[in-house]
Amino acid sequence: MAECSGIDSNPSSHTMDKSITLPPDEIFRNLENAKRFAIDIGGSLTKLAYYSTVQHKVAKVRSFDHTAKEAASDKLYEISVQEEVTARLHFIKFENAYIETCLDFIKDHLVNTETKVIKATGGGAHKFKELIERKLGLKVDKEDEMTCLIKGCNFVLKNIPHEAFVYAKHADSEFRFQTTNPDIFPYLLVNIGSGVSIVKVEAEDKFERIGGSSIGGGTFWGLGALLTKTKRFDELLQLASKGQHTNVDMLVKDIYGGSYGCLGLTGDLIASSFGKSATADKEFSKEDMAKSLLHMISNDIGQLACLYAKLHNLSRVYFGGFFIRGHPVTMHTITYSINFFTKGEVQALFLRHEGYLGAIGAFLKGAEEDNPNQYSWGENYAGSSGLMSVSPDMNPMQRARSGTFDMLEMDRLERQLVNLPLLQDPSSYIPDTVDLTEDALAREYWLYCFEEALDGVVKRAVASQPDMLEAALRAEKFRQKYRHKLQTLRHQPFAYGSLTVRSLLDTREHCLNEFNFPDPYSKIKQRENDVALKYYQKAVKSLEELSWEERQFALVRGVLAGNVFDWGAKAVSDVLESDPEFGFEEAKRQLEDCVVFLSERPWLVDSYNQWLERMKGPPHKCALFFVDNSGVDIILGVMPFVRELLSRGTEVVLASNSGPALNDVTNGELQILTERIAAMDPVIQAGLRDDRLMLVQSGSSSPCLDLSRLDKVLAMVVRERQTDLVIIEGMGRAIHTNYYAMLSCESLKMAVIKNSWLADRLGGKLFSVVFKYEVPAGKPSQDCETSTPS
Amino acid sequence: VGVKCNIAFPWFGMDIGGTLVKLVYFEPKDITAEEEQEEVENLKSIRRYLTSNTAYGKTGIRDVHLQLQDLTLCGRTGNLHFIRFPTHDLPAFLQMGRNKHFSSLHTTLCATGGGAYKFESDFRTMADLQLHKLDELDCLIRGVLYIDSVVSSGPSECYYFENPTEPDRCVQKPYTLENPYPLLLVNIGSGVSILAVYSENNYKRVTGTSLGGGTFLGLCCLLTGCSTFEEALEMASLGESTRVDKLVRDIYGGDYERFGLPGWAVASSFGNMMSKEKRESVSKEDLARATLVTITNNIGSITRMCALNENIERVVFVGNFLRVNTLSMKLLAYAMDYWSKGQLKALFLRHEGYFGAVGALLELLHPS
Repeated sequence: MAECSGIDSNPSSHTMDKSITLPPDEIFRNLENAKRFAIDIGGSLTKLAYYSTVQHKVAKVRSFDHTAKEAASDKLYEISVQEEVTARLHFIKFENAYIETCLDFIKDHLVNTETKVIKATGGGAHKFKELIERKLGLKVDKEDEMTCLIKGCNFVLKNIPHEAFVYAKHADSEFRFQTTNPDIFPYLLVNIGSGVSIVKVEAEDKFERIGGSSIGGGTFWGLGALLTKTKRFDELLQLASKGQHTNVDMLVKDIYGGSYGCLGLTGDLIASSFGKSATADKEFSKEDMAKSLLHMISNDIGQLACLYAKLHNLSRVYFGGFFIRGHPVTMHTITYSINFFTKGEVQALFLRHEGYLGAIGAFLKGAEEDNPNQYSWGENYAGSSGLMSVSPDMNPMQRARSGTFDMLEMDRLERQLVNLPLLQDPSSYIPDTVDLTEDALAREYWLYCFEEALDGVVKRAVASQPDMLEAALRAEKFRQKYRHKLQTLRHQPFAYGSLTVRSLLDTREHCLNEFNFPDPYSKIKQRENDVALKYYQKAVKSLEELSWEERQFALVRGVLAGNVFDWGAKAVSDVLESDPEFGFEEAKRQLEDCVVFLSERPWLVDSYNQWLERMKGPPHKCALFFVDNSGVDIILGVMPFVRELLSRGTEVVLASNSGPALNDVTNGELQILTERIAAMDPVIQAGLRDDRLMLVQSGSSSPCLDLSRLDKVLAMVVRERQTDLVIIEGMGRAIHTNYYAMLSCESLKMAVIKNSWLADRLGGKLFSVVFKYEVPAGKPSQDCETSTPS
Repeated sequence: VGVKCNIAFPWFGMDIGGTLVKLVYFEPKDITAEEEQEEVENLKSIRRYLTSNTAYGKTGIRDVHLQLQDLTLCGRTGNLHFIRFPTHDLPAFLQMGRNKHFSSLHTTLCATGGGAYKFESDFRTMADLQLHKLDELDCLIRGVLYIDSVVSSGPSECYYFENPTEPDRCVQKPYTLENPYPLLLVNIGSGVSILAVYSENNYKRVTGTSLGGGTFLGLCCLLTGCSTFEEALEMASLGESTRVDKLVRDIYGGDYERFGLPGWAVASSFGNMMSKEKRESVSKEDLARATLVTITNNIGSITRMCALNENIERVVFVGNFLRVNTLSMKLLAYAMDYWSKGQLKALFLRHEGYFGAVGALLELLHPS
């Protein structure tokens, strides 16, 4: 009763065109700098892993020397594009038939490597050992299969949001992705190779094979081949998906005539698998037998998994192995079985990158000296194929595509990402407000929206690099890549986990970076910041002339008005774009017409009165402010608000993006802006000097905000400063994401809805205002505790 | 049991399963001359028919070796007979009942098993008989406890295998089921039910599996072309499952020490059949043997997990899958002992498949 996920004989290898159907340089990318290889060879698929470095352009801002400020330029700061080297993990999956071709290609392109060994795992590793050593000149170093599997599993669960999913065949969306629980242990991994291994994983390096079964994928394949004379595994699955098991199985109703009521066994339940075939004089169809066999094996595995889960008191059970790998048919029968045996108490979970676990694990084994687990990694949407890219039985018409290649690329993030310590319940936190995987109407709209906006993005990208002649060419490649992604998502919205506005935006950023457009808005941001700064003192002065109560409202209105200046919103960018000379005043005037009703309350969501009452109470200890756009937003909206908080004794932590996204202000830009403001404003200056105003980076390069993946430093600061107020500003961070986020302290979400479809959805109109001030339940707001108004 | 009751003869208990009908018949041996005179002809004819034959029609069989002699039941002394025939021959049985005017005896026919429900109307329309339907698990437990308590002479009802992990020294030994609770009762018929029994009236069905005797026979018929359980078993006894199954040593060259898996353990049932060459080189006997081993081991695994979850150390296997199937019994004994490191004991009962029918008979005599 042991595991063997690899199959040493390979009945599935059939003659196949050995030419690679995609240009190999688009598959084995960045081979020039590749080092550290690992390979996982299974019964029919090979998974290759390597680590490489990627050189790409990043936008940097640098303040002009203040002593020579008048001379240099009238600009605030200088923008430069620099080369940066980052680390990336490449994983490629292809059919064993291509191994030789692939090895040749790798050998030809492997120039800079000092690598001497290749880590190998999987049942087929020894079969191809000699070939690999001869072709690559690397020594094959075998690693234990199960250890690799678990290592890989831990890695993807930790680093890839929406890695795990529940499969529901008849639901609106077949794939229901799980939120990333920061605490991944303990869990049960049921690996269904030719046999079944059941492994309990308690910590990174602590796991135990607690059981298994000999009835597994090999039984389905071997017995299925005998019964149906069908040789290939996926053909057997095809047969099974067309069969009627009730012709072969003896059901409860075949014995009872109906249900066995007192035990709650329904009539359709299988009483005896193959019970009807116990006769010599009847023929059974291949389809029916295959279906019956599939049920028999899936039910049996599900039952054992449940018994082990119960015995060890585990509720998270992941299924993997070649029996499961991307096959909706087996995911469905296993899910059914688990639901039946646990009455819904345990959910069968599957993994998007299940096929890569062994390769990832083998790679990690080889890279232990670099300690890859000390970093956070992120799935690169531009370089990854996504779920079901080559699934054989997803769509039988695409069978020819099983000869193509599947890829996963992961970027090493500069910063380690952790949860915001102020999340009420990290395990149930879902950043995104609308799951487009489940909401077909919304999906339709947003996919259309992003497709529509593509021309504009391409134009902006080209315009951002006026000195580079090939920019247009690159921008065109970007267009093709992103359009292709959108098309894929139209058919397979589940390809990268739950489809959300955030993932669509992030995918676009990844694609832009891929083609070296690190910051298409850098110059626009620069100009906007420049102009807005000129109005800062005037704005502050006019605010100071107001009464306290008038001022509070004006400050909120200022943040909201500032937030209208958003290049990410189509309704706004059209106005801004309409004036090529960037007539800031004109644009501002036009937009202000739109936001007249900023003053017209009640807003769509309006808890301003509660906020005002709260402001009459004692100051907050520390406010964490997630900022949004450059220019008017940050300078004329956010900064005066920050100033007020500082003045009333609240420390402020300004969290901005680590990397660029649209016209969002980056941490680098904000550093410079804040310095300049400090030079004009003693309150800000004092705040910086006394360390009561702090600028930190969020760790993100997204126009949206995932509070479960934030820079570790930010989390530390939040904890140290006893943050008791979180302010989230803007549509991307407070509406598309975090609209429903529950925090353990007071929170304020402010945004103007700059999209008429979304406004409509939320029951409002274009430019409706959301002002959502929340005090966590059970936690009396401070003004109730200490009721001394200042 | 000693109290005399006035239930009219004939005394039957029936268990109509998915594959087999099990019938127990109590033949009174203490009939007085007076009784003899009063006894109607129909009753005599049934008694004679059932007790003088050992085979009925083409497929009915009386298991003479199981017959219990001089049993005192409800104040009467007599023999208890154990008869079985395939469920698909039930129409012929009903026809026989009709021909022998069974219905004129005004007896209650106590029946359990799914067929009691499924064929209830057939009994009424074809043989004019009214069934008294009984729950099969209630009957099963009642039957087990009763038979174990009345068998005192001859071979012990309950037995186990000593030294199950050493084939050469493995021998059948009697076992006294005096203080049986708690016990796990595994009934292997066409499918499998697993019960945790805490007392005669306190039990629960823990789980079940559809991989049972019906699966063994069904797959054997498809794979080998055989048509009876006996044929399938005969073939299995001649075959070699290691040609069909992939063992741990086939993959790792020996034991997989990291996980404590011995080389002889099956890694993948039918795993060798993934290869075309190996498919062509196996015999029907090998396939039958592999099917038997697969089904048996799987029942063993599930049983062992249930025993652990329910914290029960004694397991009693019953059901007709075990009839003349020493191969499976020894495998189960081995699996229980080996994988539990001696913690679990597998027990077997001689009247393996008849307990439901016995329970039904008891219900006739002592309604609970």
